[in-house]
Amino acid sequence: MAFILSRRQFLKASAAVGGGLALEFSFPLSSADAEGATGTTEVNAWVVIHTDERVVVRIARSEMGQGSYTALAQLVAEELECDWSKVSAEFASPNEHIRRNRIWGSMSTGGSNGVRSSQDYVRKAGAGARAMLVQAAAARWDVPVRECTVARGVISHRPTLRTLRYGQVAAAAAQLAPPAQVKLRDASDWTIAGKPVQRLDIPDKVRGKPVFGVDVALPGMLHASIAQCPVFGGKLKSVDAHAAEKMRGVKKVLREDGYVAVVADSWWRANEALKKLDIEWDPGANGSASNESIAAMLREGLADPGLPQARKQGDVGAALASAATVIEAEYHSPYLNHATLEPQTCTAWFRPDGFLEVWTSTQNAEASMAAAAKAAGLPLEQVEVHKMMLGGGFGRRGAPQDFVTQGVTIAKAMRGTPVKMMWSREEDMQHGYYRPASLVRMKAGLSAQGKLVALHARIACPSILAVLQPGRNTSGVDFTAVRTLSDMPYTVPHQQIDYAMRNGHVPVGFWRAPGQQNGFYRECFIDELAAAAGKDPVEFRLGMLNEGDKNRLVLEAATRAAGWGTPLASDVHRGVALVNGFGSYAAIVAEVSVSAKGELKVHRIVLAIDSGYVVNPDTCRAQAESNVVYGLGSILYQENNVKDGRIVESNFHDFRLPQISEMPKVETVLVPTGGFWGGHGEPGILPLTAAVCNAIFAATGKRIRSLPLTHHDLRKV
Amino acid sequence: MLELKVNGRIHSVDVEPEMPLLWVLRDHLNLHGAKYGCGISLCGACTVHVDGVAVRSCSLPVASVAHKEIVTIEGLSQHGLHRIQQAWIENQVPQCGYCQTGMIMTAAALLAKNPQPTDADIDATMTNLCRCGTYARVRQAIHSAAGAPATRANAAKS
Repeated sequence: MAFILSRRQFLKASAAVGGGLALEFSFPLSSADAEGATGTTEVNAWVVIHTDERVVVRIARSEMGQGSYTALAQLVAEELECDWSKVSAEFASPNEHIRRNRIWGSMSTGGSNGVRSSQDYVRKAGAGARAMLVQAAAARWDVPVRECTVARGVISHRPTLRTLRYGQVAAAAAQLAPPAQVKLRDASDWTIAGKPVQRLDIPDKVRGKPVFGVDVALPGMLHASIAQCPVFGGKLKSVDAHAAEKMRGVKKVLREDGYVAVVADSWWRANEALKKLDIEWDPGANGSASNESIAAMLREGLADPGLPQARKQGDVGAALASAATVIEAEYHSPYLNHATLEPQTCTAWFRPDGFLEVWTSTQNAEASMAAAAKAAGLPLEQVEVHKMMLGGGFGRRGAPQDFVTQGVTIAKAMRGTPVKMMWSREEDMQHGYYRPASLVRMKAGLSAQGKLVALHARIACPSILAVLQPGRNTSGVDFTAVRTLSDMPYTVPHQQIDYAMRNGHVPVGFWRAPGQQNGFYRECFIDELAAAAGKDPVEFRLGMLNEGDKNRLVLEAATRAAGWGTPLASDVHRGVALVNGFGSYAAIVAEVSVSAKGELKVHRIVLAIDSGYVVNPDTCRAQAESNVVYGLGSILYQENNVKDGRIVESNFHDFRLPQISEMPKVETVLVPTGGFWGGHGEPGILPLTAAVCNAIFAATGKRIRSLPLTHHDLRKV
Repeated sequence: MLELKVNGRIHSVDVEPEMPLLWVLRDHLNLHGAKYGCGISLCGACTVHVDGVAVRSCSLPVASVAHKEIVTIEGLSQHGLHRIQQAWIENQVPQCGYCQTGMIMTAAALLAKNPQPTDADIDATMTNLCRCGTYARVRQAIHSAAGAPATRANAAKS
């Protein structure tokens, strides 16, 4: 007989403080048998109602700090018209998702899609449940549905002054057929969505409840730490585990193709033993790769005469030849680790009954299911992935499921015993799926009137899709490598964007707002062109944006809020940038100063964003702040260098994160214009780097064409 | 065997004296509020109180804290939420939340020593790293907790 430890019960069990661990097991709940046993009813897959009126909204997307867990619950509750104070959320079970024919839609959480790509079906689920509840009440009263109204989870029949609460009719409602069609509420009528309600995940997080992947604790659980071949693509040659195996608490040293794992009775003991292993790696073909070889690879790409084109409009060759002024510049960005504060982790348990349970911090539970099933050699139906809260995601924990494959492989060797694998920070820093390093050369032509008539960009950049979606047909152009340049909103008559896919051996991945480095290149180069044309950077951009273009609206909103053109303190200077992406439109005005010693201080960031609709304005502001800090680290000092085939940086001493003292004032201007659904997790970072670097130019006269700033002397000459 | 006093309770633990306090808390005492982030005292996700002082437990040998008063996020308040935790909710500080228990422990120790910290005090003390960017709200929450009258339970602690 199968049993499943629900996440809720697991959390309850593992929250027991200091007093040992008492585990409770439960039978899986399905809609048919849920009621009665527990006093809860699944009205539909998304909405569970308790007899005491508590409403549980199932959430299919992951929560990594971005707030979708709450925002999606708001959308469901809005349509359900229930009492928000009685709403909680829980993650939908990935195993049940598979068994119920993927009833919860996509579980993938990336691309700022959490809300915008599921808003339609989750709202319909809320509205559908509402209709079924009302229909059940009307049937009980034997009155027409149209005579019933709903407010805060109470159904009323005004003519007879009767009321029923959702909890009283949920069981009957669940027996009804879902409505074929529902009408969704207009955003102007929202009372729960659109409001800055408190996040549902915060109370547990401030109490230190064990909500994260690394917090999993199971009876008899062992711990694993791993060492992977430091050179990407290399293999294990030999390992002398003699000393490690004798260390206290060590249970097993596991030798796999590309890594060694030590399993012990605590993580520290596993990791200490790991350090005592004498490992010889076979670096394979990549042992001599370096910054220089990667730069040469990218430069060769720029020189390739036969590159595919991501965009071709007009005739850039002819336009550049006849332009009054031609400006050319080259920009470059390094590899970057995601550096989620919670390292990669996976707990796996091959149960005695043959079922595999996995607990992990994942951005894509379906991908985790697939990786776990493959590593285990089990059908998906025999696997459950318990979705834990993520200690940061930023794209690291979605498409790549290397940590799940490893965690399951390790637990397979310890069959019957749960094993929690966690990477050390050093492993995490050196085994990422990095933001691609790239090199871009741009050439632009200005007319005699200072109008941009032609832009030709050549982009040399590793392809994320080639690594993470190798079967996908890209026709040689990875859109994540060319976006922002290939889809400019500016009305430039002649454009050509060439793409050199040069992949190298460093694994690349979706780093927050994949392709965001192109925003840096484009918007800094536009600034260069404005200066060459002798025009104000805002006026220059507005001159290339059509009336009604939402890019124009956010640019105007940001510059208005920032007071563009008004006086500042003498040492403070402004920069502006504009980039749309991930469904939204974003513009930033940055205010910076540079000291006589060349030290940069970012004082203020004004970010205007149009996401169409705003489900939780406070969370959207938090995401704006988040994008600013995430981007700021990459501007100031973050880079991952390559030497002898491996990543040089190892921890936060050489891959710094900004501290509180460096946090600028962030003012978020939400300008939702309606009619479309854009994201918030990533758009804010798109214009950030360029706005800051353009402000540095205003302050110093120096153009920043590569990052991080640690390589630049900002002192005035 | 080592005797450790954690959140007011005495625990006997059979561990190596050099095992960092963090791992005794997490893997031996089942207290998961303090987190591993870097292992080299840089990020502060592992912050707990030892005799009222905020310390980074990832690099602190457990033998050095035997018989001292260790307080973790789980024991920060005996009754309900500490005013810092309340301020954290009111200001909706956490995003992913992973660094936040360390932030809260650092902030609680700061306020216990310095009831009205300035921005400069906060900059100097709150060196915990947050990858999500909660810093502005951390600052705001500390100021709002400093301005709020301490509850009886919290007054007794600080």
